[in-house]
This record gives sequence, structure tokens and C-alpha cells, in this order.
Amino acid sequence: MTDTTSNESAISHEHAITPAPDAVTITLNGRVVAARKGELIIAAAERHGQYIPRFCYHPRMSSVGMCRQCIVEVDTGRGPALQPSCMITVAPDMKIETSSPIAKRVQEGVLELLLANHPLDCPVCDKGGECPLQDQSFSHGPGESRYVEEKRHYEKPIPINENVYLDRERCILCDRCTRFADEVAGDKLIHFIDRGNLSQVNTFPDEPFSSYFSGNVVQICPVGALTAKPYRFKARPWDLEQVESTCTSCSVGCRISIHSSRDELLRFQGVDVESVNWGWMCDRGRFNFESIESDERLATPRVRTADGHAETSQSETSWSSAIAITAQLVQGALDAGGAGSIGLLGGARSTNEGAYAWAQLADAIGIERRDAQLGDGMPAQILGLKRATISEAASAATVILLGPDLKEELPILYLRLRDAAEKKRTKLIEFSGQTTGMSRYAWRTERYSPGTGPSVIAQTLADPGIVAQIAKGDVVIVAGRGNLAESEGRALASLQAVLDAVPHATVLPALRRGNVVGALQLGLGQESCERDALSTLRAAADGKLELLILLGADPLNDCPDSDLARRALAGARRIVSIDTFLSDSTGHADVVLPAAAFAEQSGTTTNLEGRVSRVNQKVTAHGTSRPDWMIAADLALALGHDLGFGSVDDVTAAIAANVPAYVGATAAAIDAAPEGVLAIGSFGVMPEAEPFEQQPNSYDYRLVVSRKLYDQAVSTAMSPSIAGLAIGSGVCIHPLDLDRVGVPDGTEVKIVGVKGSVVLRLVADATVQRGTIWAPFNQVGADVTALIESTSPVTDVRIERLS
Amino acid sequence: MSRLSDVNVALAREIIGRYPKKKSALIPLVHLSQEQNGYVTEEAMRHVAELVEVTPAEVYGTASFYEMFRFEPTGRYLINMCGTMSCALMGAVELMHHAEHRLGVKAGSTTADGMFTLQHAECQAACTEAPTLQVNYRYRFRVTPADFDQLIDDLSAGKLASEIPPHGTLGRQRQHIPADRAVGAVHPDHVTAGPAWLTITESPS
Amino acid sequence: MTARASYPWAAGFYEGDRPQIVTTRFKYEDSYTLDRYLATGGYEGLRKALAVQPADVADEVKKSTLLGRGGAGFPAGVKWGFTPAGVWPRYLVVNGDESEPGTYKDRLLMERDPHQLIEGCLIACYAAGLSQCFLYIRGEMALAHERVADALNDAYASGYIGKDILGTEFSVDIVLHWGAGAYVVGEETALIESLEGERGMPRLKPPYFPAAVGLYGQPTIVNNVETLANLPFIAANGSAAFTSIGTETSPGTRMIAVSGHVKRPGVYEIINGSTTFRDLIYGDDFSQGIRDGNELKAFVPGGGSAPWFVADQLDIPFEGRAASAAGSMLGSGAVMVMDSTTDIPAAALTLVKFYAHESCGKCVPCREGGTWLYRILERIVAGEGTDVDLETILEVGESICPGEMPHASSRRLDINVAVPFPYKMTTICFVGPSAYVPVHSAMTLFPEEFESRVTKRKVRTTIPVMAVQ
Ligand SMILES: Cc1cc2nc3c(=O)[nH]c(=O)nc-3n(C[C@H](O)[C@H](O)[C@H](O)COP(=O)(O)O)c2cc1C
Ligand code: SF4
Ligand code: FES
Repeated sequence: MTDTTSNESAISHEHAITPAPDAVTITLNGRVVAARKGELIIAAAERHGQYIPRFCYHPRMSSVGMCRQCIVEVDTGRGPALQPSCMITVAPDMKIETSSPIAKRVQEGVLELLLANHPLDCPVCDKGGECPLQDQSFSHGPGESRYVEEKRHYEKPIPINENVYLDRERCILCDRCTRFADEVAGDKLIHFIDRGNLSQVNTFPDEPFSSYFSGNVVQICPVGALTAKPYRFKARPWDLEQVESTCTSCSVGCRISIHSSRDELLRFQGVDVESVNWGWMCDRGRFNFESIESDERLATPRVRTADGHAETSQSETSWSSAIAITAQLVQGALDAGGAGSIGLLGGARSTNEGAYAWAQLADAIGIERRDAQLGDGMPAQILGLKRATISEAASAATVILLGPDLKEELPILYLRLRDAAEKKRTKLIEFSGQTTGMSRYAWRTERYSPGTGPSVIAQTLADPGIVAQIAKGDVVIVAGRGNLAESEGRALASLQAVLDAVPHATVLPALRRGNVVGALQLGLGQESCERDALSTLRAAADGKLELLILLGADPLNDCPDSDLARRALAGARRIVSIDTFLSDSTGHADVVLPAAAFAEQSGTTTNLEGRVSRVNQKVTAHGTSRPDWMIAADLALALGHDLGFGSVDDVTAAIAANVPAYVGATAAAIDAAPEGVLAIGSFGVMPEAEPFEQQPNSYDYRLVVSRKLYDQAVSTAMSPSIAGLAIGSGVCIHPLDLDRVGVPDGTEVKIVGVKGSVVLRLVADATVQRGTIWAPFNQVGADVTALIESTSPVTDVRIERLS
Repeated sequence: MSRLSDVNVALAREIIGRYPKKKSALIPLVHLSQEQNGYVTEEAMRHVAELVEVTPAEVYGTASFYEMFRFEPTGRYLINMCGTMSCALMGAVELMHHAEHRLGVKAGSTTADGMFTLQHAECQAACTEAPTLQVNYRYRFRVTPADFDQLIDDLSAGKLASEIPPHGTLGRQRQHIPADRAVGAVHPDHVTAGPAWLTITESPS
Repeated sequence: MTARASYPWAAGFYEGDRPQIVTTRFKYEDSYTLDRYLATGGYEGLRKALAVQPADVADEVKKSTLLGRGGAGFPAGVKWGFTPAGVWPRYLVVNGDESEPGTYKDRLLMERDPHQLIEGCLIACYAAGLSQCFLYIRGEMALAHERVADALNDAYASGYIGKDILGTEFSVDIVLHWGAGAYVVGEETALIESLEGERGMPRLKPPYFPAAVGLYGQPTIVNNVETLANLPFIAANGSAAFTSIGTETSPGTRMIAVSGHVKRPGVYEIINGSTTFRDLIYGDDFSQGIRDGNELKAFVPGGGSAPWFVADQLDIPFEGRAASAAGSMLGSGAVMVMDSTTDIPAAALTLVKFYAHESCGKCVPCREGGTWLYRILERIVAGEGTDVDLETILEVGESICPGEMPHASSRRLDINVAVPFPYKMTTICFVGPSAYVPVHSAMTLFPEEFESRVTKRKVRTTIPVMAVQ
């Protein structure tokens, strides 16, 4: 097989695992073989060991038959005809010749023509060495070109967005990138322009290819026409080493391969798995490897030198002393206030092993206050509902979207559901406080003002048209937190309203952080609102916590009630932080332990479906940083508990042995299953959502706060290629409401709530609902979360002019 | 004004309304913008994109495929000289030389006064009347060098203004479907049954 | 004495002493008006059709063996029957994109008799259950556009189009749509793409046979303007009246344009199937012989895409199978005549240039090969080619059309057997091969004109296809 990019085999994993249901007998190069009904010749031939050269064909996109490279002889009884094997499906008794003299002549001829205008700059081309054009020229080409005319000339690579360059001289016009933009991403911002021999791919003047998925076009380009800035000229493919892993930038858990050279990460590429990402990645996941290589990474443990006073500073120390000091802090807290005075927040950014080891440590010393979420998610009990997988959602008759804007938070889930809607398999019913990326694909989309979700949902789901639709087949609810300025209880009430109307529906939890489901299922979940993150922070703020352990958690930036977080970090007597970077929160810590990052440690992760798959180490951990599980094990030892973990494999084995949901998730089983192994935890009964009475008040607008793909999260902020893509803080309002405020678009105004006020730029946006205003979460600039009060179901505000 | 004028927006909406899917109106609307502005501007393409609900890149991608759309200022009179076989056999090459000489510009360019853009064109479906040319897509047949000179003189003198509208104007007569007669365009997804006049004869299968 | 009228308002058209089906009104200056149309039997075919069942009308058309006049010559009635049962809506798309080099007929039909076309569309819609009709006119035909727009407006106002046509249940809209200049859009699947607002790039058949998967993915009948213009006659007079003209395999008439080096280039409505090329080029009723008393050198029998014929083929009748056995095709009814003064490589160049220029860019062999052929031939015509270039032409051509190429026999060259049409091709549509066909024909039939044009080198220059690390 000649193809160099691993996600492009014509045989998808689905085909590899499902047996042929209805076999069609065909004759392939004289051999009688079985093909599947509806299978393309190119795929059937590949399964039977005949690789047909190709360029435009991509198994995840519709065939266009453009490059003509895959032409073979096909005889359906009327004599052999030349046909592109990527367009023709097998039929009974079809005779196919993939390398008859005429087929070979065509394949050589097409290659010569493809190369006619292709520059000879392979030695300086990023793709050289992994280039399908280069490879297939050697395997199927004539070896020389008679083309002595002048080649087409274009300005050498032009940027089509911040990270992707296009070299139109190298482009062979296979329509892969443009088809991706159209069919897969739905961002038709690159297009064929001009005609015939002068055709080129380009954007509209001054309208860049602003897509969250733009990096995919680099990966699927079969030549070096599209290159990614973060990788350009960094390495030659033959110097690259690679290992498969699972992206943990969000909880979708895309299968990827990690590429490095000389112990330096160079790029991530998508790997095609049927159940999850189909080979795609979002740009945040693809390009945030830069943050792992950042010079700002924490390299050495740090401790606060003097006794807890604000003006003292942290200084570097050895691991042995840092662990010893941490153990003293834990012991001191136990002595002073008992296990109840210790809180453990975080773990959702870790591996299963890291989360489990910390949960074991917490068990050993009796810490009950632990929560992998930061008041920004859903009660852990939703994981105990009847769960759905991504593929179940993407093939259900109806999907009810309650969660966040999937395009912004779980981008590949967005692609999968968009595909389901576009291909008319699935009808999407969306309930949301704002227009989302999914809205334009939704069959029905209902906007509701924060707080009114449950009644709007109940009413809508009683509509006869919707009842009929719901009766048509499976229903999956995508449940999560769409509005961070509305309480978890409100999100829960919305979910309950759907379940009341559609009790048989299954749930796909739309929680965002990479391994949040793993952490919740492995012992860092919290079922009691008396010990969850918000109550822990309140306890800290009230001076009731002796020790707060932040396991990769940054409450100052991640907790929607930032005021609470600030008071908590000030109120906790001691803080220990395990992190990869110095953050606002680690600045308050007495001990900071540097953690190994993604690609620096091995283990497993659990995605939002409960799918357990491998994460693999590719490069040496930065500085002296260590994996979370190891830190937990060392700390336990220092406290006199032996967790029994000598290696990460021990932890993986312990999880499979001890956690019921993970019995199938042994190392051997995971390694044998390209699609991963499902682990579905069981939880207690869902809490009842408290009723909510709308109180009349003097505020005019209700606040909606939600995440954008690019925000101040360290993995984005520390990756120069994507850091600049964050939009920055601001607030959007419907143009008619803006008229009511009476200021010009873009004016700074004061947003006033019960808790305080912030000054933000006010921008007109017709997609915002009347009577609400929308602001992005965790952006550079004034912090809108200063208005959010975690005890209040909704956040009401007023807009005041500055002067 | 580069975006479509209010009058043209109204016309655009009428045109869009005739098609089961909006994007079908893309080419007619780009024509309309060219009629308004004399050529196709970026602003106009953005406006068309809004009207048919696609991206500007899609409008540009489609528009740039077609010969008649010009993306830079164009003479008031666009002279297309046919050079395909029948016309070539009947002296099109010589006629083009003459035209270049007479207008003082090379094919593919516009005279300094902005009156004439001269260009090569392909077969104009008037092969029996070779050599042919079109001025703003209005024909001249069996053109001799003398005919050409006369044509330029007449155009310059404004004598043909009533016959030949400025570049971009496609048809001075437009289709208007009276509302009370229109059957109306329906998105194909919303059509489930065969037409009424057939139901008697075609039984569903 | 035969009437051989020509009319200033129908430039190029000549009437003869022959039965006419589609050009009967060309003699009237106001033939495009509704009044004239009604005064000359207009919309009678539609009235008769509406009086019977749609299936009866479809049957009548099938019986007439009306062959498509757009180039492929497929029977219209049979095509209508290919729509899958029970799939709605279905559309009619009228192919008025006439732009095949040499072709001149549809424009006349649209400019001179738009109501006849409209009536044809209505009959087709009624018979085949097509619920909306799009009349796609080539963008460069401003006058046709205006005439058809006027005719449509009048026909709507008079109740011939729209809701409840002539007081029946039959209701259909006809939408005038105009192109913007791209030859390939004449190919039916490209026409559909263009009508969807896309770049006019052909789709692969299968799976995209318009009758099954056409406009918006729905069953769609694409018919040529002239094809549809025949329907009012068939509906009004019955298929027997139609088949009484022409031959059994090619009934009716056809409009043929004869251009180039003839005494009287013109458009003629000929009797289908029996008229020979000799009649057309030399007949008194037709083009009256080669200009200036010169000899015939070669002719293109069916539009620029067709392999060339020479004098040996003059007696072939205008009938599809005969033309194909002789190595070419009838295509769109366009005969282009070259006399003895013709510079053959230069003539071929105009067509190679045309098809290279008109490539949509989808298929590599057409996009790259067409332009390559054009560049080489341009060099040869300029006197800068070599003998190696001649080989390269054939080899590039083979990458577009692998296998034997159709060509005519030529006694002069001792080529005694023709290779029948068609050829094998590596492209989606015929544009790619059409860039090779003219130069292949020219080189096969007139090798000496190429050999004398090039210098001998016999050394091939090649470059490695890929730089190796
Ligand atoms: C490259 C190409 C160009 C064509 N151009 C035209 C054209 O201009 N007009 C036309 O009617 N058919 C044209 N055709 C043929 C159409 O594809 C189609 O066969 C025809 O419109 C069907 O109508 P008919 O069955 O009534 O002939 C062309 C075909 C090809 C391959
Ligand atoms: S043969 Fe040429 S014009 Fe036809 S589809 Fe292919 S590239 Fe386009
Ligand atoms: S891979 Fe089949 S035509 Fe390109």
C-alpha cells in the first residue's frame, strides 16, 4: 500500500469489523472475490490487496471522480469500459481489471498530466517524503515527463488564514480541501476560482478561511499545496517518529497521532476511527501542542518560602523536599481540622490513571470534598442515566440539544451531528439561550431566556409535530451546560423536562474538559452538593478549609463565580497546586508541583461517551515534571500509605480490577480495540432540580455566558499559533436592544448586576435574543464572571452608559 | 454604488422567488449587479451572497467560472470578436488585427477613454454569418474592416444607443410572472406527491 | 422553380422546397409574437394534448422516434420514460446553451419562434409530469433572451403558462434562466450544476443520469431547444405525420448549419436521415458548392467535436449510424467546410484552442492535456515545432483517449477503412477528447501539412517527474 497518511485507507474501521452482510461476487484481476453491496470498486479492490492509485478520493467525503487517477477497466457485460473506481459501486458479476495494459497506460498518462504543472520543489517541500503524489509517481507513474512548456505560475504560498498556507503551483485541484470545507466543516470559505487550466483554490478577497477545522485540509492535501504554519520547514517526514494517542483537549477524545523529532513535538494529525472523529480534528486540538513545548512550562517544584504572607514569594526546590513539605501540609491540615478541612478540586485534565491515583490517595486519607468539575458542568449523576454514544446520537432519528454550543466546546461532536443532520439521518431539536453553531442545521431551534428552559421545553415537546418526530425512532439528549450565568440547577431542570416528555431518551453528556468523565467515574466525582466544588470553595472562602489541593484546576479562570474563587483562594489556609503552568491560581499556592503534560505521559483516558482509549507518551516530560499518578503515589508514601503503583500500567490494571465500569478496560483489551472500550459508570439518583420562581426586578437583561473554542485556557494561550484567535472580552446585544440602550455599536458600557459591575464593549449582534445579552467566557479583558453569583439561578443585569 | 440598489434588490427577490432553492438565482443576480455597475465588484458579490444565503467565496467561485462576468472596470462597449473555426476560416484573424489597429489597443484591453474593451471570443452561434462579432452581446454579421470602422464611428457618435445598451445589460425585457398566474416554486423536500394532472393516470408504485 | 427564400430578419436561414416542421414561421417578420403564433396554428398542439391523458401524449412522442437534437441523438420519448416511478418533483430543463463550434439553430428558434418552444415545453411537462420548467438560455444571446422573456410574459398573461392552463388542472411555471458564458454548460449535468448556482462542471454518469438524479437531485428531463420545438407539430398532427418525413431510424427534419468555405453558408431545415453531405455542401437548395470554384479539402460533419471527413465521405447520408460507421458523428448539426486553400494545422488549432479554453478543469486529462495540446500545436503552427512535438501530441492524446481513435477513410492516403466512432476516454465529458479530435483528424488525414511544418530533431527532451531527495 502506497498511501502515507494513515487516515485515508479506503477501508474504514467500520468495514474492518463488521462482516459483509450482502456479498456481491466480482472478478478482480481474474480472481473471484466477495465485495459488499454498495461498496466502491476502489475500496473493494483495496480490501483485496489491489491498491488503485488515487488523489481526489477520500473515504470520508463524497466521490467526485475528478483526478481520473483511479481509472480501471470495468466490464458489466457490455465490454470493458474505463471508469473511475472511486465513483462506481460493485455490481454482481462485474469484471474489474486494475492493471491491464490500458488501465496502466491511463494511470501513467494521468500522472504525467498531473505533474505537468507541478513544480519540482520536492526537496524544499514539507510534504516531500510523505507525499501521495511523489509516492504514486514512483509506483504508478511513467518516471519522466515530456512537458517542456512553461509551468503555471502563482505567487508562492499565500496565507489563507492565520495558520494555513496555500501554494497554488503545487495544487493539483483534487477538490479535497474545498470539499472538506463544504461537506465536512460547512465553512465554504475556500473555493475553486476561475476555470479550466487556470482554476485555482482561493478564498474570497480579504475573507480568510476562518474555520475551526482548517488544519484538516493540510492533512488531507495529497500534495504540499497546503501547509501548516506551526509545522512548516520544521522537519522532514523521514526524521519524524510517531505514536497513536487520544486528544484530550476536550472530552470528544479524537484519535490522533503524535509526531515528534529529536524529542520535540512537531504536529498532531487525526486518525480515522469510525466511532469518534473519522480522521478529523479541530484546530485547537491540532495546534495546541505548542503549549506543551512552551518555555513557560513549570519545570521544577516551587514552595512558598516564608509563612503564608502575601508578600512572600515562591522559590524552586527539589521534588523530595516538595513532596515532604506537601505531606507536612496535608498532615498539618488533618491534625488541625480533620479530613473535612481538605478539599481536592480538579483531575479532569489528567489521565484515568492520574485521576484514579488521586482518588485513591483521597480515599486513603479520607478527603470527601473532591470534585473534578468547578461548578461549570452538570451533576455527576447524569453519567448514571442511560447513556448514548456519539454514533448512536449521529444515527438517532432525533437529537435534542440542551448543552453548550457544540461547535465551540466539542467541535468534532459538532461535525458528527452536523453530518447526521445534513445527510438527513437525524433531526436536531435545539433548546438554547443563544444562537449556536448548530442552530442552522437544526430542524427546530427554540430560544429561551435563561431560567425559562423547562417550561419552553415542556411546551415545545408537546407540539404534535414534534411528538410525531420523536415517535419516529431513537432519541438522544445531548446534555450539558449551555449558559454559565445560569445555575447548574437550571440546566438540570431542563434535562428533567426533556426526560419527563421523552423518558426513553438516552443521554450523551456534553461535559467539556478532556477527561472529565474519566475523573468523575474513577472517584473524583461528587454526588453531594454539600461537598462539590462550589461548596468547597465557599468553605474555603469562609475560612473553613485548612488545605485546598488544586489538581490541574484554576478556579480563578474556570469557575463561573470568579468572585467566589477569589475569596476561596484567599481564605484557604494552605494551597497545593499540581499544574503544568503557573496560573492565576497557582500564584496563590504554597507548593506547586509541576505535572507532566499530554504527550509526556502514557495511560488511558475516558471520553464523553465513556470510551476508554490510550494516551501515549512521545516526548520526555518537561524539566522534572511528573505524571499526576506518580505524584499521588509519592505523596501517599510520604503520608504512610502505599497505593501499590510502581508504574502507570499498575494503575491501569488496578482500575480494571477495582472499578466495576472499567472491568473491560484492561490494557490488553484497549490495545486490541482500535475503537477503545466503553466504560459506563453508575451513579446515584439524579437530584431534583429546585423550582425557580422568576422574581420581578429592576434589571432589564438576562445574561448568557458561554465558551468560545479559543479562550484564555493555558493550552490555547500558550500556543502562539492559536492564542491570537481568541476574540477577547465584550458583550453582544440585539441591535434593537442596542437602540434602546442608545449608544453606538462598539461603545464601552457598564454592565451592572447584583454583585457588581464590569465595563465591556457592547456589540450589536442580531443572533442574540431580545432581552438577553451574551458574553464569552474566560477571555482577555474585563471579566464578565464578576457578575455571576453561583447561588442565584440566573444573572440579571442592567446596562449603563459610561458618561 | 456597488451593492445592489433598492430597485434591484426588489428585482433580485422576485428572481430568487422563482427557484426552489435560492442559490439557483446566483448567476442571474451577478448579472444584475454587472448591469448596475458595469462589472462585478467585490461589494456586489458580498451582497449577492447575503441575498442567496451563501458565502462570498461561493459567489466568486461560481461567477469566476463564467466568461461574461468581468471583475474589473470594462468599456461601455465590450466587443467580442469570434475567432473559432468558421470565423477563422472567413478572416477573423485579419479582422482582429484591423480592430486592434483601429482602436489602438491589444485584444484584452480597454481604450483609454473607457469606451471600448476589445477581446477574443469563442463561437457565437452565428457560424454561417462569419466573421461575426458582438457588441455587448448584440450581433454584427459578415463583418468587413470597413464595417468595423463604421461600427466604431456609430458607437462613438452615440448612434446605436437605442439598439445597444451599456455593458452589463443583458435583456432589456425581463420575465415577470404575474402573482395570480404563478404556480410558485416549492423546495423539493416539500413536494411529496406527483402533479395533480397526473394522478388520474399514474398509480403510485 | 423552387422557392429559395431568405429573410433579412432570420440571418443565415434559407427556406427550400422541402417540408418544414420547426421553421414554418420564419417567413414572417413578426413570427415571435403571440398574435402571429396564434394566427398560424399556435398552441393547437397543446390544446390537443390537454384533451387526452398525459400517458397518451408520451406514447405519441415515443412513437414519433423524435431523436434529441442536442448532440447525442437519444429518442426523447424513451428518455422521458427513465424517470423513476413515484419520485417527485420532476423538472424540465431546456438546453438553450448552443455553443458547439459551427452550430447555429437553437438561437434562431428562440429568436424567431419562442412560442413554439414554449408550447413544446408545456407539452413535455404535461406528458412527463414535470412540475416546473427552467429555460436555460446561453448568456451571450441577448436577443433570444429578450424575445423569450416577452413571449413568456405574453403566454402567462394569456393563460398558456402558470396555474390551470387553458382551464385544466395542468399547472406549470416556466422560468427563464440565463447563463454567463461557458461552453461546457451545454453538457446536461453541467447545465444542471449551473442552474443550481454552481460552477458548470459536469457530473459523472452514472450515477448522475439527470432523468434519475438531476436538478436538486430530483428526476430531471434535459432536452434541447430544437427537440422541444418539434413537439407542437407532433401533438397537433400526430406521430404518423412526423414519421412520414425522414427515415425510419431518423424521422422528421433537422436544422443544419453549413459554414466555412461554401458559396452560400446557411441554416437549412433538411429532411432527416436521407439528405447527404454532398447535397448539403453542393446542392442548389443548400450551400451551392465550394467558394471561388475551389476544391473541397475537408469538412467537420457534426460540430467542432466531430472527427473530420474528406471528399470520400460526401455521399454519407445525414444519419447517425452511417456517420458513426464512417468514423464520426452528426452531433449538433453543424457542418464546417474547408476548401483547398485551408491551412489545416491552423484550422485545427482554432478548435483545439476552443476546447482547451472551455475545459471546466475537473478532469486532469482535459485540464492539463487540452492546454498542453494547444501549446504544442500553437508552436507548430508558428513554425517552431519539431517532429518530436508531433509524437508528443499523439501521446498526450492517448492519455485523453486511450485506444483507437475514430477517423475517416481517405483514398488519397490509402486509408481504406474507417475506424468507427466513438472512442475510449479518460474524462467525464467530451470536452477533453474534443481538444484532441481535431488535431488527431488533421494529423491523420493531412500528415504532410504537419511534417512540412516542423523541423527534424528526433531527440526527446524529458525531465524527471519528481525531484528525488
Ligand atoms: C461538451 C458538451 C456540450 C454540449 N452542448 C450542448 C448544447 O449547447 N446544447 C444542447 O442542446 N446540448 C448540448 N450537449 C448535449 C447535452 O448534454 C444533452 O445531451 C442534450 O441537451 C439533451 O437534449 P436532447 O436529448 O434533446 O438532444 C452537449 C454535450 C456535451 C458533452
Ligand atoms: S472533460 Fe473537461 S470539460 Fe468535461 S468534465 Fe472533464 S474537465 Fe470538465
Ligand atoms: S480518486 Fe477517483 S477520480 Fe480521483
